[in-house]
Amino acid sequence: MKKTYKIEVDCANCANLMEEATSKVNGVAKATVNFIMQKMTVEFAENTDVDSVMKAVSKACRKIEPDFEIEL
Amino acid sequence: MNKKQKKILIRILITVFLSAMLLLVPFSNLINGILSVITYFIIGYDVLRKAFRGILNRRIFDENFLMAVATLGAIFLAIYTKSGDYFEAIAVMLFYQIGELFQSYAVGKSRKSITSLMDIRPDYANIEKNGTLVSVDPDEISVGDVIIVQPGERVAIDGIVIEGKSTLNTSALTGESMPRDITVGEKIFSGCINMTGVLKVRTTKEFGQSTASKILELVEESGSRKSVTENFISKFAKYYTPIVCYSALALALLPPVFNMLIGNTASFSVWVYRALTFLVISCPCALVISIPLTFFAGIGGASRDGILIKGSNFIEALSKTKSVVFDKTGTLTKGVFEVREIKTNNISKELLLEYAAHAECSSSHPISKSIIKAYEKDIDRKRVQNIEEISGQGVVAIIDGKKISVGNDKLMKKQPIDYSECEHDGTVIHVAIDGAYSGYIVISDVEKPTSKTAIEDLKACGIDNIVMLTGDSKAVAEKVASNLGIKECSYELLPTDKVTELEKLISKNDKKTTLAFVGDGINDAPVLARADVGIAMGAIGSDAAIEAADVVLMDDNPERIAKAIKISRKCMRIVRQNIVFALGIKFACLLLGALGISNMWFAIFADVGVMIIAVINAIRALKI
Repeated sequence: MKKTYKIEVDCANCANLMEEATSKVNGVAKATVNFIMQKMTVEFAENTDVDSVMKAVSKACRKIEPDFEIEL
Repeated sequence: MNKKQKKILIRILITVFLSAMLLLVPFSNLINGILSVITYFIIGYDVLRKAFRGILNRRIFDENFLMAVATLGAIFLAIYTKSGDYFEAIAVMLFYQIGELFQSYAVGKSRKSITSLMDIRPDYANIEKNGTLVSVDPDEISVGDVIIVQPGERVAIDGIVIEGKSTLNTSALTGESMPRDITVGEKIFSGCINMTGVLKVRTTKEFGQSTASKILELVEESGSRKSVTENFISKFAKYYTPIVCYSALALALLPPVFNMLIGNTASFSVWVYRALTFLVISCPCALVISIPLTFFAGIGGASRDGILIKGSNFIEALSKTKSVVFDKTGTLTKGVFEVREIKTNNISKELLLEYAAHAECSSSHPISKSIIKAYEKDIDRKRVQNIEEISGQGVVAIIDGKKISVGNDKLMKKQPIDYSECEHDGTVIHVAIDGAYSGYIVISDVEKPTSKTAIEDLKACGIDNIVMLTGDSKAVAEKVASNLGIKECSYELLPTDKVTELEKLISKNDKKTTLAFVGDGINDAPVLARADVGIAMGAIGSDAAIEAADVVLMDDNPERIAKAIKISRKCMRIVRQNIVFALGIKFACLLLGALGISNMWFAIFADVGVMIIAVINAIRALKI
């Protein structure tokens, strides 16, 4: 399953790092962060609880940029 | 400006005011010190906080960390050397914030200009409820509903016109500026703008599956297919910052220690200052931001022209294209039959065509249709009697009391009629009146008027290796190829043969260059997929073609291929410029900083300046 979220990220390098961090979260098969469109696309692994995965994702991203915002 | 940017702007203004006070009013040392620290915190508190949180999260090598270390270092240096010059820390932080503000403003602006190009998303659709028009969210409309599109409105959902007549502006979809007429029974695509009349449209797709939504999705997702350059830059950034940080540490420690060992004064403060300058320069943001921005601007600019490029990797591949392989039917030719030539024995061409058209009037064969179309005038069915259609041969009918036979060689032989056999690069239809041979009509697929210039444009781009593949006969293939100026062509190919033929061509190619295949997306999906760059044309409304291809041309004009290649080359040129420029300036500044020639101010100027110039340069990719 694939879902796209609107995000707010300030620096391009952070966006790259977030993409990497999100991909490493359990339950995420693939993640892409589009800095220019300010969008994050997450492909979930099968049988995952999207809500809890996304909580972990936003936590991982806040570690990179404390101002990070995501519309869940 | 958004809220965040306004907040920073206010902080910058306060800092400028306080800095001016610090410089102009002769405060005592203590007050000067306290006021400086307050100013420093006003301008830099968020950087310090982020740096601190970064350390807690064990992510120390980000720009906030660098700025915090550099400015705090400058403050401690001022205390240590008792110079009382706290101002440098404030100035560096101030410039950094101004730079960040500029950056986010510039990026925001370019984001807007790119997205406004792709502004084809319809916000609402009109439906009729109890006799009045109601605007609803297009997501709520299901397949088969009737929507009403008023003049000036954007068509929200794909469908078929069931009432009304109008002109459409399709330029947002196809890049084609000529308006298109539309009337009842015709397909209409979302994203077009209705210009003149009110249209009632029965939807054939859901909003999410409609053309406009599909295109937007494609362009927005193009970022996920990254080019080699982008991957290189993100890898580079990952190693670059730590390397610069360790170099800074080495710069702060090694020369003073070395000085001490050989008996000179250590002069720690000089080298620590240089190391701090080093840190300020080190942020890789100019690169990290400008490269994807360039690619995205290129993709955005191309999409305005009806060229959808599915990822920056394809921009890269397209820029290296040296061979272009064309499918014939539907790509270089129109894919519809047209009367090309009429030869007669003893009657006028008009009369021959009139008889042929009347004889064919009830047939639905593409050839019959093309003859009827060429006749242009209305058909008087009362003149026609006893129509007998012989499948695979032709038609025999009585017109004005005369027996008219219209058909191929087989029909002539069967009748039998004495006819002259002729070789032609098209389908030959013979006509006989009352058993006497009167002439023939040649019907063939016609070349698109734009095909010739398309090939010329490609040659002008330095693409010499142009090949045509077709399933058609040798005569037809060679005629089309020579008309268009294509030297190489392979004919009588089955769809599977096309793949093997393409593989042969690819293996002949230099590995550094790429091969592009151009098809119409109908039954050449395997070839599209096999080529380095698969280009599908005339893809508006064809989901299969959009799926299979790497580059999608919304209309069926082959001239856009050269344009797509030009766009990609320009894009890659800008990318290279930005890499060389940003890295060059960075390394020059690092060197100057290490030698003590540039100070921290200069460093921050260089950093912000490079970033802004790189972003502005990136935006050039939007213009074609």
